[in-house]
Amino acid sequence: MTDMTHASSHISIQGVHKVFQSGGQDVYALKAIDLEIPRGEFVCLLGPSGCGKSTLLNAVAGFSLPSSGAIAVEGTAVSAPGPDRGMVFQEYALFPWMTVEQNIAFGLQIKGEAKAAIQAKVSGLLDLLHLQDFRKRYPKDLSGGMRQRVAIARVLALDSPIMLMDEPFGALDALTRRNLQDELLRLWTELRKTILFVTHSIEEALYLADRTVVMTYRPGTIKRDLRVDLPRPRDVASPAFNALKKELSLLLMEEQNRHEQDEFRGTAVD
Amino acid sequence: MKRYRHAASGILVPLAALAFWHLLSTKGWVNATILPSPMQVLTKWWAYLRPLEAFDPSQGSYLKWCFTGELIQDAMGSLYRVLLGFAIGTGLALPLGLAMGYSKVAYGLFNPLIQVLRPIPPIAYIPLSILWFGLGNPPAVFLISIGAFFPVLMNTVTGVQTVDSIYLRVGRNLGASRFTQFTRIILPAATPYIFTGARIGMGTAFIVVIVSEMIAVNNGLGYRILEAREYLWSDKIIAGMFTIGLLGLGIDTVMSRLSSRLLRWHRGLEQG
Repeated sequence: MTDMTHASSHISIQGVHKVFQSGGQDVYALKAIDLEIPRGEFVCLLGPSGCGKSTLLNAVAGFSLPSSGAIAVEGTAVSAPGPDRGMVFQEYALFPWMTVEQNIAFGLQIKGEAKAAIQAKVSGLLDLLHLQDFRKRYPKDLSGGMRQRVAIARVLALDSPIMLMDEPFGALDALTRRNLQDELLRLWTELRKTILFVTHSIEEALYLADRTVVMTYRPGTIKRDLRVDLPRPRDVASPAFNALKKELSLLLMEEQNRHEQDEFRGTAVD
Repeated sequence: MKRYRHAASGILVPLAALAFWHLLSTKGWVNATILPSPMQVLTKWWAYLRPLEAFDPSQGSYLKWCFTGELIQDAMGSLYRVLLGFAIGTGLALPLGLAMGYSKVAYGLFNPLIQVLRPIPPIAYIPLSILWFGLGNPPAVFLISIGAFFPVLMNTVTGVQTVDSIYLRVGRNLGASRFTQFTRIILPAATPYIFTGARIGMGTAFIVVIVSEMIAVNNGLGYRILEAREYLWSDKIIAGMFTIGLLGLGIDTVMSRLSSRLLRWHRGLEQG
């Protein structure tokens, strides 16, 4: 498959299928997914629940490999999770027994970096994410937004060229969410990472991404690969933004209806 | 202010019970030999606590003399057995529990035997323990370690098995080796369970020490109250029982302070 890999792609997904067994039947969570993501691009995967967007993200992360097809990062096939693809989870997944500092430093300690270097890097990240005042706190004493900042800092500490984000702001209130979206865009502009971001919010996808990939409900396929060319910072009230929003709403609504019909028939599996 | 009122109301019921007890034994409603009055118990308690002989500087320091009372000696004897038995029981349960929780193979190998042995109360081991270890500290410590072993084991197994898989996924994502996963993620994640097990184990150890002292040893708080029965010293029996209660409360308080200190990151302990 390597001969087909696009030379410019940072993440290359080719002919990926993911099949689950359910009630003795094959269920296609992903079917024939092809996606090429160039270096430095911000891509959102958008779709209703059950469309396989998280499955695809987990496959890129290496948590669960595809049933067939190939995923390559910088031309190397993905076979396991690794610190070159840092992941931010919706549930924050901070280690509750570690302070903010320790959480951020953990990946660096695993890498075996020197103490002084770790300290300097952690301090820099605390500054970057405005966490200096919270460095000695435990996660339980932080708000959801703060926790997600720490989770982002933990991934940034790895210095990985790719950031995978699984509905990272889904559990936050609207204001905190917008705040962190802006923060993420600032970091992305500054650090030029390739970001693959899963969301079910149309507005979030249009606000953040260079490219929004709409997925279909089961089997998960790519329904629409939309380039968002609006200049940043984007105005969510502008006519252009709303035109795109309307377009994506219609696409998503079709999938949502299929999902609901499935649920009425009692065949939905989640 | 509110706190004081709370404490004041907390003392009402004990005071009432004390008054009732006082009336029972002083009004002749109950034979005072069977139930001596609170004052009588207190007097005996003091006699039990006080050093037996007058202070003699040639025998050592004043502090040392203070600890020569029978009660202190008994309490230290019981405490020694509890701590030793608990250390042995926990020392064996912890590694086995970690192995059983982490490895399905180890779990499959050991769990059937554990499940058969676990329901046997430590007390049921008394005859065997005397056959095997004779009399004195060894059988007592053996029984106590059995009492501490199972609670620590079961909680450690559960603690390791129920580590939220998201932490392990993060660990793999950050590139942690299996060893690092175990020491830096699984172990700390399981500590709340392990501490709960240790606290229960300590409680069981304390129950078992009293029983074992009634059978295998000739000092300690358990031995003393049984001895007092032979002389119909109900006041000493009751004094000894309160000593046991207070020591148990002291141990549990230390355990719970220690665990809330070490687990200050833990959400579930915010209230405790």
